[in-house]
Amino acid sequence: MKQYIEAIHDALFEEMGRDERVFVMGEDVGVRGGVFRVTTGLIEQFGESRVIDTPLAESAIVGVAIGAAAAGMVPVAEIQFADFILPAVNQIISEAAKMRYRSNNDWHCPLVIRAPYGGGIHGGLYHSQSMEALFTHVPGLKIATPSTPRDAKGMLLAAIRDPDPVLFFEHKKLYRLVKEDVPEAEEVVPLGKAAVRRQGDDITVISYGYTLHLVLEAAEQLAAEGISTEVLDLRTLRPLDEAAILEAARKTGKVLIVHEDNKICGVGAEVSALIAEQALFDLDAPIRRLAGPEVPAMPFSPTLEKAYMLSTERITAEMRKLAKF
Amino acid sequence: MPDVLMPQLGESVTEGTIGKWLKQVGETVAKYEPLVEVLTDKVNAEVPSDFEGVLSEIVVPEGETVKVGTVICRIASEGDGHPEGTTDAGRAAADSAAKAAAQASNGPASGPAPAPSAAPSPSAGSGAADGRPGARGRYSPAVLALAEQHGIDLSQVPGTGEGGRITRKDVLAYVQGQTAPSDAAPAAPTGPAAAPTAAAPTLQAPPEPSAPAAGLGGGNAAWSGTDDEVVVEPTAIRRTIARRMVESKHNAPHAWTMVEADVTKLQQFRDAIKADFKRREGIDLTYLPFFIKAVVDGLKQFPMLNASWQDDKIHIKKRIHISIAVATDDALVVPVIHDADRLSIAGLAHAANELAAKARGGRLTLDDVQGGTFTVNNTGAFGSILSQPIINAPQAAILSFESIVKRPVVVDDAIAIRSMVNLCLSIDHRLLDGWVAGQFLKAVKARLASFGPETVLY
Repeated sequence: MKQYIEAIHDALFEEMGRDERVFVMGEDVGVRGGVFRVTTGLIEQFGESRVIDTPLAESAIVGVAIGAAAAGMVPVAEIQFADFILPAVNQIISEAAKMRYRSNNDWHCPLVIRAPYGGGIHGGLYHSQSMEALFTHVPGLKIATPSTPRDAKGMLLAAIRDPDPVLFFEHKKLYRLVKEDVPEAEEVVPLGKAAVRRQGDDITVISYGYTLHLVLEAAEQLAAEGISTEVLDLRTLRPLDEAAILEAARKTGKVLIVHEDNKICGVGAEVSALIAEQALFDLDAPIRRLAGPEVPAMPFSPTLEKAYMLSTERITAEMRKLAKF
Repeated sequence: MPDVLMPQLGESVTEGTIGKWLKQVGETVAKYEPLVEVLTDKVNAEVPSDFEGVLSEIVVPEGETVKVGTVICRIASEGDGHPEGTTDAGRAAADSAAKAAAQASNGPASGPAPAPSAAPSPSAGSGAADGRPGARGRYSPAVLALAEQHGIDLSQVPGTGEGGRITRKDVLAYVQGQTAPSDAAPAAPTGPAAAPTAAAPTLQAPPEPSAPAAGLGGGNAAWSGTDDEVVVEPTAIRRTIARRMVESKHNAPHAWTMVEADVTKLQQFRDAIKADFKRREGIDLTYLPFFIKAVVDGLKQFPMLNASWQDDKIHIKKRIHISIAVATDDALVVPVIHDADRLSIAGLAHAANELAAKARGGRLTLDDVQGGTFTVNNTGAFGSILSQPIINAPQAAILSFESIVKRPVVVDDAIAIRSMVNLCLSIDHRLLDGWVAGQFLKAVKARLASFGPETVLY
């Protein structure tokens, strides 16, 4: 049984062992082993030339990583908290995402940026935000966000081996919350593939990250009430697994999309639009979205943070309503 | 199961007419959500629900007038559970829902032409969830697609969704139930006995797009007729207007008289200040506030015109509330400027402007249309130069102001071009006679002629 955080550590460890071009860099990733201890032991194993502690300068971290990638290395850059990715946005969007396109395939950018995101960990606003939607708009980027340990490992392997930039969002609350058997043998989970987490034929719920687990709990509860739920884990937010989304939507005709990020222009909007465009005649109810509230960021007060976060109860209620429609 | 009663919508109001049901049987109703339009005094008031639940029965159909306190509908609370709710709804379907569906806009299922084929829910009334036109009339794309694919008449499918909505699963279950014992299929469509032509091909082309259109359109159009004419089912408010007009003409012996007034000075005055007024007040300065002012002053001199004949007695009203007739596209409403004698000309302009805007926007409240004591009718607004208005009963009189037209008139033995207007007065001859009417008109005419540069607007 491995925790999510261990699975990520293992993926880094194995890939660095397998391919010497792979190196990690970021604030405190070396001697300290990462603020969450994801990179514990890497510096001892691979040395400080492959596990690089950087200054507190995200644009530099990503900028250097892009340069290294262009020069034939395979960097895994860590943004300590996803909230602080913003200073590096220009590097990511203007350089990494466009390198292959602007060079007519002469250059590419095999870069992974790991960014712990999400709330529910009493981190306050600068340590709890969901940043994924911001990047899903950008062609040239892949956005991955695994929700289970097995996926975390397998998808990180895939991300590191991907020849183009991948933003790898890890929900902090999952780090030590979920455990599962992760096979010892190498298992690469391809990016761009969603996973059906539960089969059902009354309603379809599409989610990712931490909220996926709340959805699964809710589905379990509703099963006792006779409501059967199809649960789809998006896993990769760009590119979306359109076929899997449409299949899951068509299966029940009643779709709920759940994510922690706020609703407006969030990932749910894209998923919803896709379904509306391509599966209209299979829909049996208006597509619904349940997401974070329309406020600028996660509050620090525990009470308010709790109010901000989605809960199994709220998701259950929303699912029940959809089933009843 | 709570009953919803006809509310008392005003102090002296003892009855109300059901206008349009905003909710149909089977639809869920939130607390304070508008349930039904009730008409009194020519206005639509939306009555909110006091309870939360599902509208299970409509007791009083549209167009019927009942006393305050009468049960108009029943609402099943959520706790009553679905099975119980559905049987209630089924029962209700037989009478009220079917009746409402037949005449109302968003009837169930099919489009305008084959409406009868959709209506015979009475025959299917025993079926559990039938007769819920509101929810049943709206199908999801999946349901419509399946119905088309399998050639299903959706009016035959029991709905288990919210408010009796037919879900995709319901259609699939129906298809399965039909295909298994295949000879059962033709049995269902024989039900509708009403329209022989429409009944036979029930399994033909499904209602498809026309169904949601009918549901959403919400118009008043119950059209019928021949090639040469169209018969339109009047709206509830049109019916009310019709009834009131007949009553007034029938009860009050109308006498009619007319004078012409010279408003040259008024016209010059208005032309001189209207741009300035518009800039300062944000509204157009029409002739109407001047007319009302003149009428109010006339009524002060001759209070017998500010009266009504009720129970063989003359009730002279001490306060002056001027009703102004406002015509909208499909109705005539008569909102009231209360205590018009306390307002300046600018105040009257604002009051009239606001009421007209509310009337055209359908936002008039019951207070806005109650208590008028005398009606001013601005027929000149649509070019009329002569009219014979019907009294807004139980008021004693109504005065129409016609178009202001330039005409050659004789002034001091010379022919002059003057701006003239006709004032047409209808009076209830039970309490008013020609003499007092004439005196009143003379006073109004004199007041109109007095408006000019020295008139104070505020």
